[in-house]
Amino acid sequence: MKFLPLIWSNLRRKRVRTLFTLLSILVAFLMFGYLIAVSNAFNIGVQIAGVDRLVLTNKVSIILPLPISDLERIEQVPGVTDVAHADWFGGIYQDPKNFFAQIAADPERYLRLYPEFLLPEDQKKAWMADRTGAICGKYLADRFHWKIGDRIPIMAAWQKKDGTTSWEFNLDGIYTGATPTTDTTQFIFHYKYFDESRVNGHGEVGWYIIRIAHPDQAPQIADRIDAMFANSDYETKTSTEKAFMQGFAKQVGDIGAIITAILSVVFFIILLVAGNTMMQSVRERVTELAVLKTVGFSNGLILTLVLVESLMLAAMGGLLGLGLAWLLIRRGDPTGGALPIFVMPTGSLALGMVAILLLGLATGSLPALQAMRLRVVQSLRRA
Amino acid sequence: MQRIINWITQVYAVGVLNLRTLPRRFGSSAATIVGVAGVVTVFVAVLSIGEGFRATLQQTGSPSTALVIRTGSDTEMLSGITLMDSRVIQDAPGIARGGSGPVTSRELLVLVDVPKISTGTEANVPLRGVTPEAFAIRTNLHIIAGRNFEPGRNEIMVGAGAAREFAGLQVGSTKTWGKTNWTVVGIFTDGGSVSESEIWSDLTILQGAYNRGTLVSSVHARLSSPDEFDTFKGALVSNPRLNVKVLRETDYFSEQSIFLTKLVQNLGYLIAAMMGIGAVFGAINTMYSAVAARTREIATLRALGFGGGPVVISVIVESILLALAGGLIGGAIAYTAFNNFHTSTMNWQSFSQVAFAFRVTPMLLIQGFLYSVVIGLVGGLFPAVRAARTSVAAALREL
Repeated sequence: MKFLPLIWSNLRRKRVRTLFTLLSILVAFLMFGYLIAVSNAFNIGVQIAGVDRLVLTNKVSIILPLPISDLERIEQVPGVTDVAHADWFGGIYQDPKNFFAQIAADPERYLRLYPEFLLPEDQKKAWMADRTGAICGKYLADRFHWKIGDRIPIMAAWQKKDGTTSWEFNLDGIYTGATPTTDTTQFIFHYKYFDESRVNGHGEVGWYIIRIAHPDQAPQIADRIDAMFANSDYETKTSTEKAFMQGFAKQVGDIGAIITAILSVVFFIILLVAGNTMMQSVRERVTELAVLKTVGFSNGLILTLVLVESLMLAAMGGLLGLGLAWLLIRRGDPTGGALPIFVMPTGSLALGMVAILLLGLATGSLPALQAMRLRVVQSLRRA
Repeated sequence: MQRIINWITQVYAVGVLNLRTLPRRFGSSAATIVGVAGVVTVFVAVLSIGEGFRATLQQTGSPSTALVIRTGSDTEMLSGITLMDSRVIQDAPGIARGGSGPVTSRELLVLVDVPKISTGTEANVPLRGVTPEAFAIRTNLHIIAGRNFEPGRNEIMVGAGAAREFAGLQVGSTKTWGKTNWTVVGIFTDGGSVSESEIWSDLTILQGAYNRGTLVSSVHARLSSPDEFDTFKGALVSNPRLNVKVLRETDYFSEQSIFLTKLVQNLGYLIAAMMGIGAVFGAINTMYSAVAARTREIATLRALGFGGGPVVISVIVESILLALAGGLIGGAIAYTAFNNFHTSTMNWQSFSQVAFAFRVTPMLLIQGFLYSVVIGLVGGLFPAVRAARTSVAAALREL
């Protein structure tokens, strides 16, 4: 500890060089924190999936429907505590670019299955009473500047009985999420209105959401349900919500691998830059280190001093970089809609610390060894 | 005139001196080169994803083919057109005439689950039911293995991209979807377009397997000339009995790629910007130490009469050359490692997989080089100015 002033003055020796090396490390850790958040955002569906929820889709293809009559049979399966159904509406609001999830569902059931969607009681009552009513998540309301009472027109591929394809809804409520990672990008309206007004597909739903009493029973209950509908016209595929989301994430591709590759390149470069700085710094101080050795500093102490110097550099740059990343992440989605849930994952700070430690050690070890092995006489002669 | 020549000679002299002494500063110079190389590699690699995706979707379709889908649907997948409506569409003006009447193709697009080879998990692959007319519309289609499917049989033909990315789609293998067994009888290419990510089957068989009756997703029509599009579209859109959307195939497919291309571009430029800033700091570092190591030399030159300007320029030139070297290396790495790297991903707009290859285009490489030049320029600026500003006496005194 008493050697800290010595180390600090060494860093201040070539202030410009230290500053710019620090800034490079800062940028590297800024990227680290930010890209981990990006990678996390791509896989967010997996993380926010409910542990006690199963998803049931048509076995042949996700775009094929299931009969609503399946509902009763699913409810009676032991271990199942609640069931809801949903349909993907897939319409266009003003412009195809304004893509968001539009879901036709039984309101009571859907809200029961997703208790993390928080809707004020009065808005809920209004929605229940309004046949053409709908609710949307806060993110969606902010994105399109919707207020309660607005009339939302959506063009869909579903034809109504009156021959048109323009569906209008009253916005009766805006739900918020129980946690920062809850999905508030959905637009939910009454299945009844949907089913009564559409020309094709009566009595069909897109998928079922099932709550089970014990999450560890998930595989058995899933098998039981699929066996129940095996060999029927609508064979089912049941999986946990997590596995279902993971399937989608995997379809996009291995984003995690790409991000890891980029970060590896970044860290390799930073290693070179910071390592080069440390090497230069030690090379310049050869005479001084020799003097220290003459005065009585042990080899081990010299080694430690250089390592601590390198660790300090890494720590200052790294912590500032991570802090900056955190601030930037708070500004939200950088892609304008593709990654609505954008947060810094909890483990990433700890991971960052480990990276700082490794960086400091890696860049400092070679110069430190060099410093330790200095031959006093040779070094003094060099002056 | 003499002054200008004099000035240029000065710049040249100092510049050559700088470059000749470069080997002495090998460590830091190498760090800059590697740093810039890394930035350019990542920049080009990430953006080549978007380019590859866009290229695949733009190869698809020709401006003289029109696509008709239901109003309100974004994509073929969500669209449904009845047999009666398709007959009306087929009689519209502007369509080219072939041997057996108007060249139109009714097609049904559905999704099937096929395991993706790279991840082992299931992915949504498009399965398209077609009639023989589809082959008259897609003129770039070539069967490269096996044969075409026979109408009326449970046979499928697989696009080259799909065969490459998804499991179990070789000629001779059987796939079971729902209650139907399908045999793969051939593999086709279609000029690198999106069709290569699809599986094709007989329309009637598919309609039966998916309970679609006589419904199709879309009608493709070859126009007698690209200019006939407006006539064709006008006739259909003004027909009160139809509820359809008419697009040129090329427009449809470039729209389909907008979301993903924008996503990749946004992220790519963001990452490249952050890395670029880091590289600038690294370059500044290098150039500062380069200048610091030669303070006495530079001061001597200035005492001899060399102007401040040539010194500044020579430092900047050195910085740019180092950065450019890094840029060239980075571009070369990106090209060899990533160009034509085949992969597939989910196109959210069509909800199905698209097989594509990374494309390192000349434009991208040029952007990368320019980027490295900018990094070199910014990195060399401050050290250069500092070198020129230090008073000669103070510099000569420095140890």
